[in-house]
Amino acid sequence: MPCQPAHERVGNFDEVALGYSREDAMREASRCLQCKKPKCVKGCPVEVQIPQFIAALAKGDVESAYRTLRETNSLPAVCGRVCPQENQCEGACILGAKGQPVAIGRLERYAADTYMALDACDQLTGRPECPLIDPDLKVACIGSGPASLTVAGYLSSRGFKVTVYEALHELGGVLVYGIPEFRLPKSDIVEKEIAALRQQEVEFVTNWVGGRTFSIDDLFAEGYKAVFIGVGAGLPRFLDIPGENLVGVFSANEYLTRVNLGRAYGFPDYDTPVYRGREVTVFGGGNVAMDAARTALRLGAESVRIVYRRTRDEMPARLEELEHAEDEGVRLELLAAPLGFKGDADGRLTAVTLQRMELGEPDASGRRSPRPVEGAVYDLPTDLAVIAVGTRPNPILLEATPGLTLDRRGYIAVDEATGMTSIPGVYAGGDIVTGAATVILAMGAGRRAAKDIEARLRPAT
Amino acid sequence: MPNIILKKERLIPGQTSKLVIDAPHIARKAKPGNFVILRVCEKGERIPLTIADADPDAGTITIVYLVLGKSTAMLETLGEGDAILDLCGPLGKPTHIERCGTVICVGGGTGIAAMHHIAKGHHLAGNHVVAIIGARNKDLLLFHDDLSAFCPEVLVSTDDGSFGHKGLVTDLLRQRLENDPGVAEVVAVGPVPMMAAVSRTTEPFGVKTTVSLNSIMVDGIGMCGACRVTVGGETRFACVDGPEFDGHKVDFDELRKRLGAFRPQEKESFDHFCRCTCHE
Repeated sequence: MPCQPAHERVGNFDEVALGYSREDAMREASRCLQCKKPKCVKGCPVEVQIPQFIAALAKGDVESAYRTLRETNSLPAVCGRVCPQENQCEGACILGAKGQPVAIGRLERYAADTYMALDACDQLTGRPECPLIDPDLKVACIGSGPASLTVAGYLSSRGFKVTVYEALHELGGVLVYGIPEFRLPKSDIVEKEIAALRQQEVEFVTNWVGGRTFSIDDLFAEGYKAVFIGVGAGLPRFLDIPGENLVGVFSANEYLTRVNLGRAYGFPDYDTPVYRGREVTVFGGGNVAMDAARTALRLGAESVRIVYRRTRDEMPARLEELEHAEDEGVRLELLAAPLGFKGDADGRLTAVTLQRMELGEPDASGRRSPRPVEGAVYDLPTDLAVIAVGTRPNPILLEATPGLTLDRRGYIAVDEATGMTSIPGVYAGGDIVTGAATVILAMGAGRRAAKDIEARLRPAT
Repeated sequence: MPNIILKKERLIPGQTSKLVIDAPHIARKAKPGNFVILRVCEKGERIPLTIADADPDAGTITIVYLVLGKSTAMLETLGEGDAILDLCGPLGKPTHIERCGTVICVGGGTGIAAMHHIAKGHHLAGNHVVAIIGARNKDLLLFHDDLSAFCPEVLVSTDDGSFGHKGLVTDLLRQRLENDPGVAEVVAVGPVPMMAAVSRTTEPFGVKTTVSLNSIMVDGIGMCGACRVTVGGETRFACVDGPEFDGHKVDFDELRKRLGAFRPQEKESFDHFCRCTCHE
């Protein structure tokens, strides 16, 4: 996959992966064996008909490939970019047993990008039949991230009148505030996906906070027949160590939201500022940590270190993100756990105290448990620390909706088969159910709920 | 039409303005203590401003702002009939209001506007509200008439003595507490040093003290932790746990330092704005 060279891309926020050419795509698509019992489809959380779309691409028929993708996946341009394919479709591909699996994610991206780049008229003649929307079949989605967008896409294409309520001023949820521009371009991709939904008469309302501007009861009083809660996990976890409130310590959510949603890389042309650090430390080993680290490089940091208490093999980040990060110059400070932050007289961060760790026995998650090495404590100078150690459920909507049963971790409890919560007609999916996870899992949950909403509200279908 | 400025009043010309905004969806839910987050333009920053008043029947909210940086300077360029690009609320936990007797509400600077909404709430709950407001001089006093409309007592202090007591709001507060041991609660909204001073003043009297914190915010809905403060040794988010907290437990020194986190950028942004507007 052609990419911007590492030394060049650390100076810009343009997308790193450049995408296949038509020849690349057709060649790669021809590698697919078109298995009678495709393992890849089973590996996909939304059951994309993979061999079918690949067969179309092998013939150069982008439109059919795109239509096949859209049958099950509302956001193919997004998933082609951010799914951890190595754990899903590509991980299951039979060619991977002895060689390279078919590059399914890259093909999906090619199909989606190429189709969406077509002239509007070409798109109109080619697009799926416009459904007749029944204005009484009103469904509301709270949150405009991948889970809700999937519900909106699925139901609107089947004639439901969907309204999506978003608390922020821009649509897309984590697609806009969480994932950086260089991984997922906002105006090219996310906006286009949302425009496609508007074409299916999905209505979007921004700056409305579920649990403050309106309640779920208000929605039912307005005539909505079903509500989908897709508000995300969005409350940042901190390390709970001394010095964490020093100026210069940020949650990854804040750091990324300033840069992605606030476009702080364009300051002062854009008003939202971001804190600039020379020696940056990022705490965590997942995709968010990678995003924060690579963003810091692009904002001019001299050194960026990811501090992780286990080893590289245990890092949960998507492999391509870790590799790209290392190519760009992000260093890994492994087997190190933070004990506290130190600051100067003005309350600004100057260093972090780290505990050297070693790996011991596996814990409940199956990963070898890190334990401290006696006496091995040292300071690392740092003027910007980004904490990317996960999230907790945001209390706003939950506190305002007392009838909602939560699980022991505080996330919304749902029926596994349907996604329905303890309140009849109210569904939930995505991070607010699972805790911080992936875009594709959120989409799978959206799809599950949408199917049940359709079955209940229009049983004749 | 939502977010349209219906009325603009220059309370202190070039400095502090009051806007009455058409926002029925916020007005119907707004309670004392709530705030909004707004943006003035496409490339603008999200900023929090406390709701100074709300009229659910008319469908309007009132905000008061001091022109301090780029965003408020841009807001100041808007007039009656203009729309605020993005307006979100009501945010934050509302003030805890119950019938308890005498409540002293202290306001400093633009904090007086926020205090006004809270004072009104206490008044409507049947409490005897004493308002104490302060400013550098009489021209910088806000909401004096509005507060006098429902507060049985409005005490005023000015630094230069041009109106009321010459000195600080804490002088008036201490006097009032000394003369009346039955005060149930003190509420303070204003600059950090003022809220810290009020809390220090009330501590020996053992009076419940509530402060409304003005932390830096980005989303205002609990997502990022920019607004985190230490209260009683624990980290709290001003936007979802607050913005009101027990003044005796807030680490004001840490708050003051955190408020300065982006000072260089704020200056750069404001200078950039001034240069651009000067060229027009």
